[in-house]
Amino acid sequence: MNTAVADDILTQLRRPSSPVQNAAQEAFDNLTETVGTVTVDNPKMQTSNVNVFYAEKQAIFDVNLDIGNNEVIAMIGPSGCGKSTFLRCLNRMNDTIPTCRVTGNMSLDGEDLYGADLDPVLLRARVGMVFQKPNPFAKSIYDNVAYGPRIHGLASNRAELDDIVVDSLKKAGLYDEVKDRLDAPGTSLSGGQQQRLCIARSIAVSPEVILMDEPCSALDPIATARIEELINELRENYAIAIVTHSMQQAARVSQRTAYFHLGKLVEVNDTNAVFTNPQHELTENYITGRFG
Amino acid sequence: MSATHLLLITFGLAVASFLYGRMQAFSVAKSHGGVSAMHSLPSHYGMMVALWCALPALAVIIGWKLLEPMVVSNLLNTAIPQVVLDGGERAVELYKNDLSNLVNNDRIASIDNPEKLIAAERLASLRSTSSMALVVLALVIAVMSATFALKRIKPHFRARHTVERIIQFFLVSCASLAILTTLGIVLSVLFEAIRFFQQVGILEFITGTKWSPQTAIRADQVGSSGSFGAVPLFLGTLLISFIAMIVAVPFGLMSAIYLAEYASRPVRNIAKPLLEILAGIPTVVYGFFAALTVAPALRSLGGSLGLSVSSESALAAGAVMGIMIIPFVSSLSDDVITAVPQTMRDGSYGLGSTKSETIRKVVIPAALPGIVGGILLAVSRAIGETMIVVMAAGLAANMTANPLEAVTTVTVQIVTLLTGDQEFDSAKTLAAFALGLMLFIVTLCLNIIALRVVRKYREQYE
Repeated sequence: MNTAVADDILTQLRRPSSPVQNAAQEAFDNLTETVGTVTVDNPKMQTSNVNVFYAEKQAIFDVNLDIGNNEVIAMIGPSGCGKSTFLRCLNRMNDTIPTCRVTGNMSLDGEDLYGADLDPVLLRARVGMVFQKPNPFAKSIYDNVAYGPRIHGLASNRAELDDIVVDSLKKAGLYDEVKDRLDAPGTSLSGGQQQRLCIARSIAVSPEVILMDEPCSALDPIATARIEELINELRENYAIAIVTHSMQQAARVSQRTAYFHLGKLVEVNDTNAVFTNPQHELTENYITGRFG
Repeated sequence: MSATHLLLITFGLAVASFLYGRMQAFSVAKSHGGVSAMHSLPSHYGMMVALWCALPALAVIIGWKLLEPMVVSNLLNTAIPQVVLDGGERAVELYKNDLSNLVNNDRIASIDNPEKLIAAERLASLRSTSSMALVVLALVIAVMSATFALKRIKPHFRARHTVERIIQFFLVSCASLAILTTLGIVLSVLFEAIRFFQQVGILEFITGTKWSPQTAIRADQVGSSGSFGAVPLFLGTLLISFIAMIVAVPFGLMSAIYLAEYASRPVRNIAKPLLEILAGIPTVVYGFFAALTVAPALRSLGGSLGLSVSSESALAAGAVMGIMIIPFVSSLSDDVITAVPQTMRDGSYGLGSTKSETIRKVVIPAALPGIVGGILLAVSRAIGETMIVVMAAGLAANMTANPLEAVTTVTVQIVTLLTGDQEFDSAKTLAAFALGLMLFIVTLCLNIIALRVVRKYREQYE
C-alpha cells in the first residue's frame, strides 16, 4: 500500500476546514463505542478489542465486530480508514507483513484465530480471500481452480477433482463461458472473468467465510454487476465480508454495513438503516458525500 | 599537415561557428523583437551553423583520403623507369611499395639509384601537394558553408528541424554500426569457411568422427593425412556444457529461490553481490583452479573408488565451468522470481497454501519462462567458454561420453589451430573458421530461443 498517499489523505481529513467537519472531528474524538449493533444472533466470526499496528503506527483502534452466517457484511469508509487491514486480520494475511502486529480477540466458530494451536495455513483454507486485482496463477483455468483442492488433498482421484473444478466454476458463474477451453491460461480471460476465476478458486477449497477486498475496483460496470449477482448467490452457503469503495455496491449486495473512519469502527447496522438513517454524524457525512 | 591535425582544426572551426552562429541568432532575434520571435532556439541555429561547417568539410576529407592513393599512384606512373614497367603489374606494385616505404621513413637521401631517386621525389612532392590541396579545400569549404549557413539565420528558418534530422541520422548510423560489425564478423568467418569447404567436404566435416587436423606441409611428409570430422569436438563441447549445467542449474536456482523468497534484506544485500563476484573472476583463474586443484582431487578420489580418471578430465572442466556460471543462473532467476507479482503470492496464501507450496507451485511456474531464458543464455556462455577447457580438459579429440576422460571442445581447437605460425591457405588453419561458423550458428540459435522465451514471459504480465 502507498503509505505516503494514505498519510496525506489522513492529514487532510484531520484538518478541520468547515463547521460540519469541525463538529464531525469532535464527534470522532469523543467516539469510544461503536454506534449500532456490532453483534449478531448467529455469528460465524467474532472480534473484540482488535488493535493493529504497522511498526509504531496504529492502524486499527479497538474494533468489535461480528460476522454472521449467511450474510454479506460491507465495510466502507474513506481511504486509509483500516477496512482492508481489518479484513486481512480475519484470515491472518497480515502475517505476511513483517512489521504488522495484531492484538485483541478474534475467533472463527469460537476458535481463537491467533491462538497458539491454530495454523494460519489451515485457517486460510477455511477463510478464503478474493483480492482487489484479479490474480490468476500462471496456469490453465482448470489448474487455477484445482490448485487449492490439490494442495489440501480434497480429491482422491481425477474424476473427483473434475467435479470440484466444474462445480466451483459453475458456482462462480464462469463455467458456461470457459467450458470449452479449460486448458487455456487463466491470464487469457478478461478482467471480469479473471475475477470470477479467482472466486471459483476460493470456492474450490470449500471455505466457510469469503473475504473480498474491493473485488470490483478493477472491473467495468457490466463485469461488476455479474460479480455482485454472484455475491448474492454465494450468500446462501458462505459468510461474506466485502470491503468496497462504492457505497452503491455496499447498498446493493450487503445486509449489514460497517463504517470505518481513521481506524475506528464508527457505526454498524443493517444496510438499509445505515444508508437511510445514519446514526453518527461521520457516517452521515460520508454517505452524503461531504468527504471521502 | 596530417589528417589528424586537419580534423582537429575542422572540429575547432565547428565549435567556433557554433558560438558565432548562436551569437548571430541572438542579434537577429534582437532586431525582430526577442528570442521568441525566432522559430528555433539560438543554440539550434548555432548547432546548424556548426554542422554546416563540419559535415561538408568532413565529407571532403574522407573522400579525398579514399581517392588519394589511387590518384597519386596513377600520377606516379610517369616517373617509373621503363624497366620496371616492362616487368608487369606486380613488379610495378612492388616498386611503388618500395618507394612508398622509403618516403614514409624519410630515407630518400639514402637512395643511390638516380631513377629511383627521381621517382621517390616525385612521390613525395605528389603527396605534399595533395595534402596541401586538401587542407586548403577543406578549410575553404568549411568556412564557405558556415558563412552560407550564417546567412540563413532568419526568424522563419526552422533550424531545429534540420538539426534534429541530422542528429537522428547520426543515431541511426550509430545503431547500424553494431549491426554492421556483427554482419562483418559473420561474413569474414563465412568466406574463410567457404574456402575450407572447398578443400574438405561439408558432409565430412559435419558427420566425420575423426579429428586430426595435421596436414602435410611437404608432399613427402608422413603421417599427416589430416581428417576433419567435427563430431568429436561438438560432442566434447556438449559433454562439458552438460556437466556445467548440471552443476550450475540446481545451485543457481536454489540460491536464487533462497535470495528472492527467504533471505532477509541484510542477508540478501550481502549475499547477492558476493555471488556475483564469481562472475568477475577471470576465466583463466578458474582454469588453473580446475587444472591444479579440482582435477588432481578428482583423480585421487577416483583412484580411491577404483576408477581411472585421466589427469585432464571433462568432469573437472565442466564442474568448474558450472561454478563459474552459477551467478548467471542465480542472478537472472532471482530477477524473474522477484518480478512475479506479490498479488499472485497473496492469492496462493489466501487459499491456505504454505510458503514452500506457493514457491513450488505458483512462483516458480510463473517465473519458469524467464528462468529457462536465463539458463539458455548460460548454456551459450558455457559453449563459448575456452580457457577452462584448454587448461583442464585437454586437447585430445576423444569421442567419448565418459566424463572421466580427456575431451576437447570446438573453442579449444580454434585456439590451437590459430596459435603460432600458420599458413593461411592450408585446410588446417581454415578449419578454425569452419568451426567458428558452426559454433556461431549453434549459439545464435540458442540465443534466439532464449530471447523468445524471455519475451513470452514479459507478455504474460503486461
